[in-house]
Amino acid sequence: MASRTPLIEARKLTKKYGDLAAVNGINLSIAAGEVFGLLGPNGAGKTTTILMLLGLTEPTSGSARVGGLDPTREPLAVKRRVGYMPDAVGFYEDMTGRENLRYTARLNEVEDELVEDRIQTLLEEVGLADAADSPVGTYSRGMRQRLGVADALVKDPQVVILDEPTAAIDPQGVADMLELIRNLAHRDGRAVLLSSHLLHQVQEICDRIAIFVKGKVVAEGTPDELGAKLAKGQARFEVVADTTEEALRGALGDQVTVRGEGSRWQVTLPSAQTRSVLRKLVDADIPVRGLTDLNADLDEIYRRYFEREEVSA
Amino acid sequence: MTTTTFEPWVRKRPAWAVIASKEFSDHLLSVRFVALLAIMGMVALATVYTAAVELRDVAPQTVGEPGLFLRLFTVASDTLRLSFLQFIGLLAPILGIAYGFDAVNGERSQGTLPRLVSQPIHRDDVINGKFVAGLGVVGLTVVIVAFLVAGLGIFLLGVVPGPGEIIRLIAWTLAAIAYIGVWLAFATLCSVMTRRAATSAIVSIGVWLLLAIFGSMIFELLAGVISPVIAGDPFSEAANLRTQIALSRISPITLYQEASTVLLSPGVRTVGLVTLEQLDRAILSRLSFGQSVLLVWPQLVGMVAATVVIFAFAYIRFMRQEVRA
Repeated sequence: MASRTPLIEARKLTKKYGDLAAVNGINLSIAAGEVFGLLGPNGAGKTTTILMLLGLTEPTSGSARVGGLDPTREPLAVKRRVGYMPDAVGFYEDMTGRENLRYTARLNEVEDELVEDRIQTLLEEVGLADAADSPVGTYSRGMRQRLGVADALVKDPQVVILDEPTAAIDPQGVADMLELIRNLAHRDGRAVLLSSHLLHQVQEICDRIAIFVKGKVVAEGTPDELGAKLAKGQARFEVVADTTEEALRGALGDQVTVRGEGSRWQVTLPSAQTRSVLRKLVDADIPVRGLTDLNADLDEIYRRYFEREEVSA
Repeated sequence: MTTTTFEPWVRKRPAWAVIASKEFSDHLLSVRFVALLAIMGMVALATVYTAAVELRDVAPQTVGEPGLFLRLFTVASDTLRLSFLQFIGLLAPILGIAYGFDAVNGERSQGTLPRLVSQPIHRDDVINGKFVAGLGVVGLTVVIVAFLVAGLGIFLLGVVPGPGEIIRLIAWTLAAIAYIGVWLAFATLCSVMTRRAATSAIVSIGVWLLLAIFGSMIFELLAGVISPVIAGDPFSEAANLRTQIALSRISPITLYQEASTVLLSPGVRTVGLVTLEQLDRAILSRLSFGQSVLLVWPQLVGMVAATVVIFAFAYIRFMRQEVRA
């Protein structure tokens, strides 16, 4: 697995508008079968990076390779195999969802005998089979976004790039959407790059994450790695239990710091002692109702990276 | 395992053709098409009907005159005061504007532009395909109107056009399409330059009305400045008129009026200034079709060139724009 050459590769990719660097020397490498998340606030340069990977904007310096090709030099070959869903995706309002997908299929010269079946399968997969033959003008924003994912997949791409795929989708729909995205990589073996500012979702489905702030990647790795990097040898848990500070100290040892009151407690202890935290608590007869590993929570990571950037900026 | 290098990819059918066919069918199904066809058709029928009624009164004296059928198009009746040709000259720009003003900014405001250009097409396919589709639907409208008018003419006058007249009608249709093409290109340019479709519509309609209503006034004023008329000097007057004519040829409306008048009236032998002396003892004769075309060749080329130049400008602007709004 590790020896596989990446489908998307960026080296020192930079885009400047005047003096302002929208994207500043980023390095990326994404392989088939992997979900990669670009995480960052709006205006961090995520969309600009994506446009450079598609050959829709020329990099100021650095290089991008998609499927081994330079997207600026060979845009057609790249765009034929990369499915892209833009942020705030739009469709022809008078045409039905199905007709919109058909148009994309024709632009991609998908073989005639495959088109209709593929469109039907995709519409079912994104849960739009019932609305497929109504004009897109009648769709809600969430439906448009789901149609956008189907639209990106019509060409059966090897690389899928989704810009804010869940931004407008209602909570029930999000889980389905995330499952769908995960399948694109893990089941179908495509390389998936998604951008989002919603870290919980990114954390849930991404194999690797790059945290993007002001055009730079400030951290990259698996969600666990990112957590560990920040923790600096400290493990943090949230314990939900009706207990006291003394009882927690007694159960977990001297090196623990405990904060909180009532039934919610935050405990911090050296990483070396994190094993069997639950057992220690149970053995001490603490009525544990919940235990959460805060290190694996990107919320925390995200906030800390931003704090650091704010300070250094 | 998945291949990690993409093979080169070659299109079988040019992308502009795919875009053009989608746009063309969109246009045909749109309210725009029906409404414009109805307006143009009604205006055309009204002008030709009134012209036919008046021509019928004089028809007995002109039996056998070969140009009779074409006069349906060129004669301004007393009731409407404008001939079919002139009406088309004034109204047809709306056709070009209607199919061009939201070509690019419409895609932008719908949010379909980023999706469209991320398909395996070149960016110019978008603007080329849209222009071809616009020209196609404009051509279709003009042809339908011409057929309507010719049909009504045959019915009202009882005169069947001869081959020469049919050829002249076809030539006129092409000239009219070239004329509307100028406006289509201009509206497309507006759609590239402005963010909102409404702005682009106002700009292009404004220019059209300015040229159609105040055009001759403006050219007269300008000519007065460039070569003023000196009282009692007939040469200065002639020079002034010549300047006026030359200036007015900047406007596609003039080019179209001259081209279509000559193409549809074999008797017209010049589009420039003619003095009475020159007309004295001139033998009234008709020009052959070839000679008529030759006479207005500069006008025809001028309209096509204007279309090409304006479209090229729109093309360059569009190619340089960022995909993101």
